[in-house]
This record gives sequence, structure tokens and C-alpha cells, in this order.
Amino acid sequence: MVVDALADEAVDEVFRALADPTRRDILRRCVVGEPSVSRLAQAYPMSFAAVQKHVAVLERAGLVTKERRGREQLVRTDAGAVDRARQALDELEMTWRRRVDRMSDLLAHGTEPDARNSTRGAIR
Amino acid sequence: MSVISVDTDYDNLTLTVTADFAAPIDQVWELWSDPRKLERWWGPPSYPATLEKHDLIPGGEVTYFMTGPEGDIHHGIWRVTAVDPPASLEFTDAFADSGGAPVADMPVSRITVLLAERDGGTRMEMRAAFESRDDMESLLKTGMAEGLRQAVGQMDALLVR
Repeated sequence: MVVDALADEAVDEVFRALADPTRRDILRRCVVGEPSVSRLAQAYPMSFAAVQKHVAVLERAGLVTKERRGREQLVRTDAGAVDRARQALDELEMTWRRRVDRMSDLLAHGTEPDARNSTRGAIR
Repeated sequence: MSVISVDTDYDNLTLTVTADFAAPIDQVWELWSDPRKLERWWGPPSYPATLEKHDLIPGGEVTYFMTGPEGDIHHGIWRVTAVDPPASLEFTDAFADSGGAPVADMPVSRITVLLAERDGGTRMEMRAAFESRDDMESLLKTGMAEGLRQAVGQMDALLVR
């Protein structure tokens, strides 16, 4: 079922990948151009291996793709995957907007909204 | 309109929703503190929530399940970290197994609710956070599959109409 398909590990993996500021920065840098891992490594006060590890987390989550060109590994952000993460947040916004609507309804119509005779709020 | 503003922070993965209700603060608080009221708005109509345990005290747990259109059951658990009736509530929301125990390796979100009297009504600020590796290290996970699940449930409901 759709619900289960979305609530799976992949979603979790994406958000875990996005939870780190360095990885978010790598994503931004790799939207335009395709820097190599070694060029990326120069941008951060950390070892090449550490940056390589961050890229690997992003790759596992499907947020970047790596392409070998000669001796270099070029990194590119998968804009579609990033969009899907944003979309998840947008959908959560929708969830809460609807919750607030239901709260309003309950407050306006007391404890028996099913028995109410209302002209407003009856259409959903 | 109840919702006054929505702030979606894509970088920090937080969502802040501010809403005004034309009701006294105690009544708005009851929507959270009374399990019979809470279960009427927490889940979407297609995934109604049933509250099992409801210990709204620091260190307490709230357990619930949502029933889908095909009879599918999804369990959830809140771990309450702070309560100050009727002004504030803070908890983590996570998936649970059928016994009500949190499922390891599943997403957790931290939710902070603030209520304040305003112009004869009540303003509610709800903040949902999905990251913070520093203070959520023990929670291990970030994510929002719970929100996704509910949103998808709502979309399903729209589609079948």
C-alpha cells in the first residue's frame, strides 16, 4: 500500500542525510557544476576521507550521484531527490493545516459536531 | 482562517504553524489533554486515531493507533518531555509496535506546542523539528514518515471522493 511504501527506510535515509550541515552544504555546491570529491574536500576543514564519507551518505540516500571521470569522482546533486524531501515537509504542513481545521471545528461546535446543524464547515 | 502563518525551514527541517482559535485557552488545552478530544483531530478522517494510554506528565507516555481505510493499524507513541498546563507541551512522536513500544530505526519528531491568550481567544504555536543531532542524539533518527503517512492518508481520502 502507498502509505507503507512511503513510510519506509528510504525516507528515513534521506532525512538522516539532510540532518548534517556539511552534507547540506555539499548538496548546494553540487547543484551547479560537478565538483570532484577532492575539490569538495578542499572546501572543508576536514580530511578527504571524512568528506568522502559524507558524499557516500548522500549517495546512499539517493541525493547525489557520483561519476568517475579519469582519476576523479564527480559529484552531482539529484535535484529531484531534494525536491522530494521538500515535498515531504510541504505535506507535513498540509497535515497540520488540516489538524488545525479539525481543532477549530471541535472548538466551534463543542463535543457533538456530528449532531450539529451547521451551514459552515460542513463541506470538506 | 485559523492558521495565521506557516514557516517551513527546509534547511533545518522544521515546521512552525501559528494558529488563532476563537476559544478560551483552557478549551484549546483540552484538545491536547483530553484523550477523547485529542483522538478526534489527531488523525485525518480516513485514518482516525484511537488513544490508548494518555499520561500527559513529564516522562509520561501517550500511545495511540490509527486505523486506515483497509483496516490497517499504525501505532504511535509520544514521550512527554515537558508539560505546563495550559501554556505548553513538549513531546517526541515516534512509531511503535503493536505492544506500544517505540520501534528502533524509525523516525522521531520533536513537537513543541505553546498556547497563549490573545484578543479574547487563543494563539497556538506548534513547532515540529526533524533534526538536531546534538540534542536528539539518543533518538537516533530524523524523519517525518509519520507526517507523510498522515498526509498520504488525507490524499487517499481526497482521491476516492
